Amino acid sequence: MKIDRRSFLSFVIGGAAGTALTPLPWKLTDDIAIWTQMWPWTPVPVNGDVSYVDSTCTLCPGGCGITARKIEDRVVKLEGQPGHPINDGGLCLLGLSGAQLLYGPRRVKTPLKKVNGKFKRISWDKAISEVTDTLKQLRSKGHSHKVAAIAASDRGTVPELINRFLTAYGSANFIRTPSILDTYELTLHLMHGVQALPGFDVENTDFVLSFGSGLLDGWGSPVRMFRANSKWREQNGKVVQIEPRLSNTAAKSDNWIPIKTGTEGALALGLAHVIIKESLYNKDFIHNYTSGFEKWKRPVVDGFSPEIVTKITGVNQATITDLARKFARASKPLAVCGRGWGATPGSLKEFMAVHALNALVGNLNMAGGIWALPEPDYIEWPELEMDRAASAGIQKGRIDGAGTPNYPHARYLLNRLPEIINSASTSPIDLLFVAESNPLYTLPDTAATKEAFEKIPLVVSFSSYMDETAEMADLILPNHIYLERYEDVPVTSGIQYPLIGLAKPVVNPQFNTKHTGDVMILLAQALGGFIANAFPWKSYEACLEETLGDKWEPMVEQGYWINAGSKAADWPETFETASRKFEFVNKEIDALPRFAIVKPQGDETSFPLVLIPYDSMRLQRGFIGAPPFVIKTVEDSVLKANDILVEINPETATTLGLKAGRYAKLSTPKGSARVKVHLFDGIMPGLVAMPAGLGHNAPDKYLSGKGLNANDLIGPFEDSASGHDAAWGVRAKLSKV
Amino acid sequence: MSTQDDQAKDVVEAEAGETQATAPQAKEPGTGSSGTIILFFIFGILASLILGWAIFPTLLYSKKQQPVAFNHADHNDQVDNGCESCHFFREDGSYSGVPKLEQCIDCHEEVQGETETEALFVSEYVQKDREVPWLVYSRQPPCVFFSHAAHVKKAAMECAECHGPIGESDSLKIYQQNRITGYSRDIWGGNIIGLKKNSWDRMKMDDCVECHREKGVNQGSVQTEKGGCFICHH
Repeated sequence: MKIDRRSFLSFVIGGAAGTALTPLPWKLTDDIAIWTQMWPWTPVPVNGDVSYVDSTCTLCPGGCGITARKIEDRVVKLEGQPGHPINDGGLCLLGLSGAQLLYGPRRVKTPLKKVNGKFKRISWDKAISEVTDTLKQLRSKGHSHKVAAIAASDRGTVPELINRFLTAYGSANFIRTPSILDTYELTLHLMHGVQALPGFDVENTDFVLSFGSGLLDGWGSPVRMFRANSKWREQNGKVVQIEPRLSNTAAKSDNWIPIKTGTEGALALGLAHVIIKESLYNKDFIHNYTSGFEKWKRPVVDGFSPEIVTKITGVNQATITDLARKFARASKPLAVCGRGWGATPGSLKEFMAVHALNALVGNLNMAGGIWALPEPDYIEWPELEMDRAASAGIQKGRIDGAGTPNYPHARYLLNRLPEIINSASTSPIDLLFVAESNPLYTLPDTAATKEAFEKIPLVVSFSSYMDETAEMADLILPNHIYLERYEDVPVTSGIQYPLIGLAKPVVNPQFNTKHTGDVMILLAQALGGFIANAFPWKSYEACLEETLGDKWEPMVEQGYWINAGSKAADWPETFETASRKFEFVNKEIDALPRFAIVKPQGDETSFPLVLIPYDSMRLQRGFIGAPPFVIKTVEDSVLKANDILVEINPETATTLGLKAGRYAKLSTPKGSARVKVHLFDGIMPGLVAMPAGLGHNAPDKYLSGKGLNANDLIGPFEDSASGHDAAWGVRAKLSKV
Repeated sequence: MSTQDDQAKDVVEAEAGETQATAPQAKEPGTGSSGTIILFFIFGILASLILGWAIFPTLLYSKKQQPVAFNHADHNDQVDNGCESCHFFREDGSYSGVPKLEQCIDCHEEVQGETETEALFVSEYVQKDREVPWLVYSRQPPCVFFSHAAHVKKAAMECAECHGPIGESDSLKIYQQNRITGYSRDIWGGNIIGLKKNSWDRMKMDDCVECHREKGVNQGSVQTEKGGCFICHH
């Protein structure tokens, strides 16, 4: 028998025929199909027990209660907490994406130290000792005032631990990031004589007069504002939106009043003029509970008639008169201001003008009006004792000039810091802590901020994400993210009752991170002496529990503590001015410069247009950059591939010879960049509007490199009355490319 | 002289003789080649049949022991609610499935009986607070959504209809794991061509469909009457 090629072939054919008659091919196919679903890189959710953990979202100051749905140990979905006073089960796009922040590639997983331009992992012990060494060195040289900290808030145990640390150490340089809270606080301080938070009783108002506030674009507590808006719709409330661009808020309002950029304050005074002239103001309040009305009204009556105001603002006279009457005659009117979501403090005089409108209709501390809420005072720590070095350091004063004779009323002036550092020969700051903020992205004039931060010898970031500030920091001591930690969240975003949320760990910390509160306690104890004495707690959790006292248990159970019985103080009691009344004018107010429109920087001939940034719920201008879920919802008319689109009126486009969808060069005194053109009828001619929240170059590839950062092109403008940043835009030029 | 012709004839004769000599050999039948071919064909068929029917099913499955030799019958006698005592519906309607250590600790915080198995269980798992890594016979791939509530509560089915009389068993059977997919043999069924005797012998989609068809289950959305696939494959 010859075994040759033919016999081999016939064997194979026989084998094939036989195989087809067995279950092997069918079973194997079925198995291979299932096998392809089991490859290790294909994400498969775990099977397991479902549980819910309540917590508080801290991604914006809104303070919404959230509930995390977990399967075993994995957070699968975040939802709004039903029954929560602020959001009652609702949650915004950013809040919903929290799980992506928890598990995504942005996380800084261990302490990092920058060595030769690259980050190297170090242990926590080493990280803490590095910071302690520098702190000790500076203190021994009498330079404790050269240590500063930037934080997003000054309320709550963690910010107050940082502040306490700086005070015990010998530095007055605790700096809160800027927002409209700065200006509102100052307005209430000057006119009510109190240190208070603004509260807006939006749930009960029936007429909202908004001077450019992004009521549906992130202003205040976003989810709460959406719910309030629904209520206004249901109960026939009216919303009048005054702004130069048809934002989402304007589109959903009852009446959109386009206005020349930057002139909102003049309109407010114009409305006040009409209300005064026609005696539409609340006589009881004005005559019995205010002081200085006669003095204040003089320049308003003389200088802000509808004839004059129409020239300044572009709003026609009939509209001004009509609007003033409607506002004054509404039963529960409320005027609000602070452009967009409130990132920029704005002009103090403008805020005071709008607040005067609220005073004229007598809605202060009334249902549907603006309230002055006492600041949260639940943190009662033992008074700290300072040693000589600390007192000496504190005496050197604040580096940002807040509280000095030039800026007597401001509390925090972070906008001034880059210039102060850049103009000095050696940096006046030797160590900068950055917590829960991203100043390299959020501060206007990013180039100047970057230059300034690079001059600082040691920048320590507590960021949980590799954001822009963390990237250029020298040391990163990553905090747990909000879903992994306990923290009290006193809500300061305009609610009208005291509420403290509790952020609870929904999962164990996923990485080698440490609570910033614990880091501060460790640093203090490492420094010893009076500083350590000021930090008598064993751990942050112990500190938190002790601080909250008998609020702790209800907060752990319910997720928040609310002073349900709180009422706004009645009129005489609420004012703590010298006259015990609301003061339209007083010594301090008189010393302020006269009301003036804030003009955009740049000269009109080289930069004939005006650039304004705009906010929306789909992009975040704050310290958290949009997570992938959120960036995916951004429309093609805002971001196309990696190109940002700027809006211009078709008339402007024709004048400049620009076509829709084509590239153009956008230049401002701060720089220039390539943009795409989007034609939009809802923007005044001569304006260019740019979405804020893009142009990150961190923290991950899903956000990096998309669009432009408005702060690259806009610089800060010091308000002459307060020193706060009042820039609402900048002069610009669009040219063909 | 025509020497050429003579020579040619000789040559021709000589050639003819040669061919005559070889031809007979070529005309004989070649028994070797085609027989081999058929033989190997038969070998091929036989080999593949044996491979496909006998060797493949054996090789395909690995045999694993459960981590703890659990006795269902024993436990069934001692609990109040039968299967439901340990396999129950949670408050939110989801099914607890294979019990967690917490369930066992209700009774087995300390050694209750005298068997070595239990002693091992308590020392290795209860005292070390380790979950028992049970091998689940009925685990379906993640593409399948199955609601126990719909079948046990709504359709009032018995556990054994899909899971077999496991509650009456003295010991947990060997877990035969498909080496390619990682799932239990109980899904495809013990029989390699999918023949089954009892309703619990197989748990592939066809088996679900069989029962659904028989009972006339409405597979679609109530409103649109469409969407049959998405009910079970979300």
